[in-house]
Amino acid sequence: MKKSEEGCDCNCCGCNENDWPSWTKTRMVKIAKVREEFAGNMTFYMDEEMSFEPGQFAMVWLPGIDEKPIALIPWGKKYAFNIEAKGNATKKILESKAGSMLGVRGPYGKPFTVKGVKKAAIVAGGVGIDSVVLLAQRLAENKCKIAIILGGRTKERIVFENELGRCGKLYITTDDGSYGEKGYNVQVLEKLLKKEKFDMIYACGPEIMEVRALEIAQKYKCNFEASVERYMKCGIGVCGECVLDDKLVCADGPVFSGKELSKMKEFGKFAYLKSGRRVSLKEYYEWRQE
Amino acid sequence: MLETEFCGVRLKNPTRLASGILGVNAGQLLRVAREGAGAVTMKSIGPRERIGHNNPTVIEWEHGLLNAVGLPTPGYKNYDEEFEELKGLKKIGVPLIASIYGSKWEEFSEVARYVVEKKPDMIELDISCPNTEWHDIQFAADPEISAKIVSSVKNVAGKIPVIAKLTPAATSPVNVGKACEEAGADALCAGNTMPGMLIDADARRPILAFKKGGMSGPALKPINMKIVYELYEKVEIPIIGEGGISNGRDALEYIMAGATVCGIGSAVWQHGTGVFKKTCDEMKDWMKKEGYSKISELKGIAHEKK
Repeated sequence: MKKSEEGCDCNCCGCNENDWPSWTKTRMVKIAKVREEFAGNMTFYMDEEMSFEPGQFAMVWLPGIDEKPIALIPWGKKYAFNIEAKGNATKKILESKAGSMLGVRGPYGKPFTVKGVKKAAIVAGGVGIDSVVLLAQRLAENKCKIAIILGGRTKERIVFENELGRCGKLYITTDDGSYGEKGYNVQVLEKLLKKEKFDMIYACGPEIMEVRALEIAQKYKCNFEASVERYMKCGIGVCGECVLDDKLVCADGPVFSGKELSKMKEFGKFAYLKSGRRVSLKEYYEWRQE
Repeated sequence: MLETEFCGVRLKNPTRLASGILGVNAGQLLRVAREGAGAVTMKSIGPRERIGHNNPTVIEWEHGLLNAVGLPTPGYKNYDEEFEELKGLKKIGVPLIASIYGSKWEEFSEVARYVVEKKPDMIELDISCPNTEWHDIQFAADPEISAKIVSSVKNVAGKIPVIAKLTPAATSPVNVGKACEEAGADALCAGNTMPGMLIDADARRPILAFKKGGMSGPALKPINMKIVYELYEKVEIPIIGEGGISNGRDALEYIMAGATVCGIGSAVWQHGTGVFKKTCDEMKDWMKKEGYSKISELKGIAHEKK
C-alpha cells in the first residue's frame, strides 16, 4: 500500500508503476547456514541478495506448514531470519537445515526513518531485537550516535549482541538479573532521557514495552517510532486482517510514528484474531503463544 | 460529473471498494470512504465465527494476485460494534454495502435477517467465493440454487436492494444473472475472482495452503468485462463491473460495457487506498478531453446501437 504516485521508496531494482510488481513474489531460497542462538531460537542465513530497509519484513513459507512475517536481518548483501519456536509452525521451521529451502516473498512494509537522525536511542526486547539490527547499522553508517538498550527475560534471550555492539553503546537488562542490569529496558531508557536529549527513540518488542516507551518519549518530548505486530495474512495491504485502527500493520506499518500511535484506540489495547474478531491485547497474546 | 445512481442509492462516484479487500473493521471502511470511494463493501459476514484458511492465503504472480483467504468472519453475532461505528459513513455520504454468505443456501437468509436490522444501504450476496471447502463449485455456478438464495433473502430484505455476485467460472454467468433477476435481485455484480492455482517448481507443490484460490487483478479484466457486456444485453437490472480495475480507463471501459458501478479490489495493493480518487480523477480527465459531462452518457456505449 505504500507504493505511491511518486513511485516506490525502497531500494529495489525499480518498480515501474505500470508493471504489475512481481519482483517480491514467492521464490524458494536456499538456507546457506544456520546458527543456534539458544535452545529453540535459530538464525537462518539465506542465499539470496536482496535490498531492504530497516524495519522491513518478508513472508517466510515452509511448504505444507505455514507462512509467517519475519523481520529481515542484514547479512552482507544477503539476509537472515531469526526464528523462535513457539507454535507448531515455527517448531517445524526450526527443523530446517543448511542446504534446504524456505519460501520467501517480500521485502514488505514501511521502514524506520533514518535520515536526519543524529542521536538516537533504540529500545528493543526479546523477539523484537532482530528488527533493529539493520536500523542500528544504517544509523551508525550515517554517523548517528546510538544508545541501544536490549531487554530479555534471561541472559540467553539477548541476541545479536555482537552485531549491535559494533553500532553504538549497549545497555542490557534482564528480568531475572542473569545478565546486565536487573529490570526492564524502558527503565534504562527513562534514566538516559533524564540526562540527555535524543532526536529519536525507536522501539521494537512486546507491545506493553512499546506503550511504556511511547509514554516516556512523550514525557521527554522526543520523536518516536515503533514496529508493531499483528496477525498477518497477505502482507501486502489488501486483505485487511492486520488492521490497527484504520491502518494496516503490513503496508502502513509495521513502523508507526509516536504521533500516529498516540491517536490510536487499539494500540496497546485491542487486536484481532484470525477470524477478524476484535479481542483484548491480553487474549490476543494468549492465542499467539499457543 | 461522476455522480451515479445505483438501485435508488446515490453515489458520489461510480467506484466501490470490492468485498474481501480491507473491510475487516469499521475504521478501514471509513478511511476508504474518506479517501474517495463511491461506496464501500464490508468483508463478507457469515453465519458463525470462521478463521478462514492457513497462510499462505494471498500471493502475487506476474499478472495479479491469487487468494484463498477463505471467508474469515467473526460471525454476524459479533458485528454490533462495527455496525454502530459504521454509522459514521452517513456523515461522509458514502453508502455501505453489506456482503453476506452462508455455507448452505438456507444460511443466507439467516445472516440477512440480522444484517437488515442494521440498515445497510445494500446487501450483496457472496454466492461465488471459490475458496470454501463445503462445495466444490460455487452456488453461482448454478442458476437454480442462485435464484433460491436470492428469493430467500429478498423475502427478509424489505426495501434494501439485494445484489447477487456472480462467478466467471459458471458455464453461463449470464443465465445465472438472468435467474437472479427473475428471482428478484435488484442488481448483479460481475464478478468474483476466477478459480486458479499456482505451483512453485522448487517447492514442488501449490503455494496457497488451500492449494486453489481466486485469481484477481489485471488478468481478470477481460474475463469479467465479457460477462458485464453480455449481461447488459440480457438483463434490465444494473450491474457492478469488477475485476482488474486499477485506473480510470479500466473503469470507463467497464462502464462502456454496461456497468453502472465499478468495483476496485486488488489494485489497492499497487496504489493504496488512494486508488479510488486516482481512478475518479483519471475518469474525469478523459471525459473532459472527450467532451462528456455525465458518466451516464458513457454507459453501454460499447454496444452496437439497436
